Amino acid sequence: MTQGTSAPTANSAWKLHEIRLVSRKKEIPIVETFEFEFVDSAVGQQYVARAGQFNMLYIPGYGEAAISTSGVSQNTGNIVHTIRQAGNVTNAIFRLELGQTLGCRGPYGNGWPLRDFEEKHLILIGGGIGMAPLRSVIESLRQSGWSFSKVTILIGGRSPDSLLYSAEYDQWRSSGFEVLTTVDHSTTGWQGNIGVVPSLLDRIELSDPNAAIVMCCGPEVMMNYSALAAIERGIPEDQIFFSLERHMNCAIGHCGRCQLGSYFLCTNGPVFRYNQVKELMKIPEL
Amino acid sequence: MNDFRYFRIDQFPEFLKQLMQSGYRVIAPTIDQEAIVYAEIQSIDDMPQGYTDEQKPGYYRLQHTGNQRFFDYAVGPHSWKRYLFPPLQLISTSIKSQDGWTFEDHVDEGEPYAFLGVRACELAAMRIQDRVFLEGSYVDTNYQNRRNASFIVAVNCAVPSANCFCTSMNTGPKCKSGFDIALTELSDGFLMEIGSSLGNEMVTPLGFPSATEEQLTESESISDHATEQIKKTMDTTDLRNRLMGQLEHSHWKEVADRCLSCTNCTMVCPTCFCSHVEEVPDLNQERVDRRKSWDSCFNPGFSKLHGTPVRNDTRSRYRQWLTHKLATWHDQFGESGCVGCGRCITWCPVGIDLTVEVAALCEEEP
Ligand SMILES: Cc1cc2nc3c(=O)[nH]c(=O)nc-3n(C[C@H](O)[C@H](O)[C@H](O)COP(=O)(O)OP(=O)(O)OC[C@H]3O[C@@H](n4cnc5c(N)ncnc54)[C@H](O)[C@@H]3O)c2cc1C
Ligand code: SF4
Ligand code: SF4
Ligand code: SF4
Ligand code: FES
Repeated sequence: MTQGTSAPTANSAWKLHEIRLVSRKKEIPIVETFEFEFVDSAVGQQYVARAGQFNMLYIPGYGEAAISTSGVSQNTGNIVHTIRQAGNVTNAIFRLELGQTLGCRGPYGNGWPLRDFEEKHLILIGGGIGMAPLRSVIESLRQSGWSFSKVTILIGGRSPDSLLYSAEYDQWRSSGFEVLTTVDHSTTGWQGNIGVVPSLLDRIELSDPNAAIVMCCGPEVMMNYSALAAIERGIPEDQIFFSLERHMNCAIGHCGRCQLGSYFLCTNGPVFRYNQVKELMKIPEL
Repeated sequence: MNDFRYFRIDQFPEFLKQLMQSGYRVIAPTIDQEAIVYAEIQSIDDMPQGYTDEQKPGYYRLQHTGNQRFFDYAVGPHSWKRYLFPPLQLISTSIKSQDGWTFEDHVDEGEPYAFLGVRACELAAMRIQDRVFLEGSYVDTNYQNRRNASFIVAVNCAVPSANCFCTSMNTGPKCKSGFDIALTELSDGFLMEIGSSLGNEMVTPLGFPSATEEQLTESESISDHATEQIKKTMDTTDLRNRLMGQLEHSHWKEVADRCLSCTNCTMVCPTCFCSHVEEVPDLNQERVDRRKSWDSCFNPGFSKLHGTPVRNDTRSRYRQWLTHKLATWHDQFGESGCVGCGRCITWCPVGIDLTVEVAALCEEEP
């Protein structure tokens, strides 16, 4: 029985590309930012990832991990990933030496619909490694030339030395973005806020809640509280976006692992409007 | 209107020979460990004759009928998914290079299989897996190659089992489409319905005569009789919404107390498509194969996130299974994920019957 129209010869859905580690930079404890180039530059030139999309990075013998794009190197066009050492695969990535190759497939997922957000007040809320996909939003906004009425970036960490990308905040501010930080536990010399990220939402100036867009990435509890705080400030539910996380194995909607209710997080997400997922997120262990 | 032909029982070997001479390896019902399973055959002698099956929740037995009929049983533990979506598949191989790794995709051209004895519910299951692997955002080209390489000889069920409920799921017992040829086993031979041009090319050289009115009528009455014999039902009216409104029903806990979380139901289900990929290095770590194997939402590791399963108990895993099959599948693929074959009922070691659980779950809590 013939099914489908074409008869492709390569199993393109699983196609791995070789990428090479060209630089790495320590950010905070157990988190580093890595820059990779495609070994085949033709593949690199065709590769375009939107903010909020992710790649599957692969180290043979260890496996794959879903890692968000955290931006694109401005000088080289290389892909940039900020990675937290979490287990098998990420540990193996941390053991790579400059010049070594590994596998990459992607980009996958829907990404943030940034184009729809023009002229809006964008509020980015990131906790921990959740800032990684938001950094690519920040990069896109700085490079896009689109106009936004205002950009506010709220960043939370456990302690001052766990605030991701702190060396870049001044650059972001010089692009006209408002950057606020908060920590759970302060250390000596910390002048900033203490408390959870959602509490920062109460403090920001919000001229028109109906023209605000909230983009959250971080632990689910943090995102849920951020949504509640945003709703409290009058921001409509369908203008609040979450980037969700589930274990991903295939990233192409075939393995079934990343399901949340009717959604496959890998293909329908990872970015969702709050009103799409809020009922699902209320049910424990769904 | 499809073309209908007829051949006598003693011409069955001719038909089989024609399949083989056309280059197909024929996979058909055989008996292994006292169950009907699908395996390669060389002649019709490899197929069971004179058997039926008795199925109940958690129960399967083959019985002799004393006659010479070929297809008087329903489906066994195997489904054709094991050939189209094999339990273990090579995806790619990584080869160590000077500065890291290079990668080779594994291409499966698709073995030319003729599946002989595909039931109506199984045709529906194939269409369901097509939606998953061929009609989503990404195409599994190896699956497509296997699908395209196959030739389908369906069989209209004459003797359903007590666990069959295809009539409720609107998938059987009569084969309507999705086959190259469909057979009905009559009293003295087979009615042959030609469902595709490929099927037509296959049978034309055999020169079997057109079916008579009587033969067509006999076939109809066999299917009608099969339909009447199916007693198990599931009320599918608005089932998606009814189930999704009961995600916190106390009955989930009640089923979980019986469920062994053994994964049997998902392994035997012809539509379940979940898988995971493993790394298989050679001894000196210079070649690493990536192998995809069947997985199940009943495995704790299936939903692992940050070291702990999201679905951390049997209750939430059973709920995922049942709501996926009967509710969220509709949102994902526009139809139910259950074809009513009854395998999960038969092969559940403790005899959990989804039709019974669905009825209980749809009752309002006291
Ligand atoms: C869309 C998406 C985007 C992502 N983006 C990023 C990103 O940009 N950067 C990033 O760093 N991460 C990101 N992640 C998360 C990353 O994919 C996961 O952390 C991934 O599991 C890491 O793989 P691993 O093999 O290194 O860790 P795993 O081996 O999968 O381990 C993950 C967790 O399990 C625990 N664990 C591991 N083994 C055991 C064990 N034997 N017993 C108990 N606990 C154990 C670890 O402590 C850890 O918490 C993203 C995830 C998704 C879904
Ligand atoms: S859920 Fe059970 S009855 Fe339905 S298709 Fe799967 S095995 Fe058959
Ligand atoms: S029921 Fe479970 S194993 Fe089957 S397809 Fe759904 S999630 Fe996968
Ligand atoms: S469920 Fe229907 S089509 Fe499937 S084996 Fe039973 S009677 Fe035949
Ligand atoms: S990761 Fe496989 S279906 Fe989403």
